Amino acid sequence: MSEITEKDLTLDEMIAQQEKERRRASRKQFWRVFLGRGFLSKACFAFLILFAFVAIFGPLLTPYSPYEQSLTEALAGPSLAHPLGMDSLGRDLLTRTIYGARISFCTGLLSSMFALVVGSVLGLIAGYSGGFVSGLIMRAVDAQLSIPGLILTMCLVAIFGGSILSVSVIIGISALPSYVRMLYGQVLSLRENDYVAAANLIGQNKFEIMLKHLLPNAFPTLIVMFTGSVGAAVMIESGLAYLGIGITAPTPAWGTMISEGYTVLMFKPLPAIVPGVALMLLIITLNIIGDGLRDALDPRLRGKL
Amino acid sequence: MSAEVRQEPIVKVENLKMYFPLSKGLVSKVYAHVKAVDDVSFEVYEGETFGLVGESGCGKTTTGKCVLRVLKPTQGKILYRGVDIAQMPPKQFQQYRRKLQMIFQDPYGSLDPRESVYTIVKEAVVADRQPHSAAEIRDRVVELIEMVGLSKEMVTRYPHELSGGQRQRLGIARALACNPEFIVCDEPVSALDVSIQAQIINLFESLQQKLGLTYIFVAHDLAVVRHIAKRIGVMYLGHLVEVLDSDDLFHNSRHPYTKALLSAVPTTDYYAEQKRKRILLEGEVPSPINAPSGCPFHPRCRYATEACSQVMPPLKDSGGGHLLACHNPPED
Repeated sequence: MSEITEKDLTLDEMIAQQEKERRRASRKQFWRVFLGRGFLSKACFAFLILFAFVAIFGPLLTPYSPYEQSLTEALAGPSLAHPLGMDSLGRDLLTRTIYGARISFCTGLLSSMFALVVGSVLGLIAGYSGGFVSGLIMRAVDAQLSIPGLILTMCLVAIFGGSILSVSVIIGISALPSYVRMLYGQVLSLRENDYVAAANLIGQNKFEIMLKHLLPNAFPTLIVMFTGSVGAAVMIESGLAYLGIGITAPTPAWGTMISEGYTVLMFKPLPAIVPGVALMLLIITLNIIGDGLRDALDPRLRGKL
Repeated sequence: MSAEVRQEPIVKVENLKMYFPLSKGLVSKVYAHVKAVDDVSFEVYEGETFGLVGESGCGKTTTGKCVLRVLKPTQGKILYRGVDIAQMPPKQFQQYRRKLQMIFQDPYGSLDPRESVYTIVKEAVVADRQPHSAAEIRDRVVELIEMVGLSKEMVTRYPHELSGGQRQRLGIARALACNPEFIVCDEPVSALDVSIQAQIINLFESLQQKLGLTYIFVAHDLAVVRHIAKRIGVMYLGHLVEVLDSDDLFHNSRHPYTKALLSAVPTTDYYAEQKRKRILLEGEVPSPINAPSGCPFHPRCRYATEACSQVMPPLKDSGGGHLLACHNPPED
């Protein structure tokens, strides 16, 4: 008996160890492709880390609050105490930009995650079940696509209000159709594979087939789509805020800051330019990172040196 | 092994029909059917290997998939140990599901590329929904992997890291994990090179002896089928045209199509090749969407008569278990 357990232990250990090595190798491969794309990728990766750091540790980096007004100093230029100057209500511009990074990150990630999860579930069900359920889901998606995205989001924001959570969910809803259709297409092609027939033959049920076979095989595509949609979500959020219908005024979203700074752009450009540049950098960074991920997760490169 | 064959068929197919509808337009109006399998009947006895041969697109694979209920047949009965499983509701069919397994033609496509060898076999072991202890599962997986001739050091590999033969062995291990009684082998060796084909075929034979399995062996390589199968069914355009003993295949076949098929098998014997007469068929295989009336082979058959173009000849015994569907079998 002890002999058997010993043998089994070694087998388990072997599996665990090889699995670990494999993971390490594929991680190495990932970074090699990802960072091997040249200077721009590396710079953007550094930027992303900087943005994330600022978004997480924002309150520790600045002595001011983003709401604290000092009307006497309104529109003051850069000084030692306020490196980027003040906005039209006398709030520290750097502080507000830092807090704005938080909001952009939050809405971008939250909305994309919402779209990822809900879109995957709907796409899987529509692709695998077929028939009436599939038709229902896909026609609903078509219906949503026929409504202009901006108008739909504006209406929903008007109904549900402009908190970070509701804006995130609403942006997520506007990104849903592309996720559902993408996964639907993936599942339609994946389900024809023999391994799905084999899974059916060994007695796995629909849910097991969807979760263990279809979803993992569609995952690389989903991840690339996710990184792409984070950038788009940040942009939509800022657009809504700029139009004054997204996250509401005192909250330091970059979009609202741009629209406030815009009124004084001609003689005091900083209040509009600082959040504008931050927004531009973040979106470029996210898009380039997305491209890098697409290359690094490309299944054709998997396992190659 | 012929003496071991019992008289009760384990699988009996009666008038199996599988029509795939072709539809077009907004409301998916069905305008035609692809008659992939049209009125096929045969029996497979316990412990034997039944070969199914025919050219591409003749419905051999579809027949196999119908027998396993991967496809739901349009019409007909599939009796598994006397119980009709063809139209059985899924809940009720669940108890038979794992008894009927399949080995696929493409060993790579039949393995999930994101699962390791261990996971692939383990999933098949645990899918029976019985409680298993972790050690039990592990021992069973190792047993299965070693039974098909893989070493247990390979358990952490992924399908793309295995050779073609190893992948096919893994496919077999997965099927065996369900304790099947009946396996449809869908051209399991056609994607492998000749030396590996021999190994896999020997594996099939030794597993059959060890576990008492029954096979339907679908293939287009006649030499392979003759070697492994005891009885062979020849299909043409969705119809079973001849069923005969494998020993009779090369000498005693009577259907004109079987003869033509056999004459296309290359031989390495120079003198035999000089002597033998090649039968060249004229024309193409008709489309299964509008198959010819009567015998499906009559437009290409040199012995066809008036009757052939009107009435489908029934598959009937022409002596000694040799079934033939031909109005006018040529005499040699």
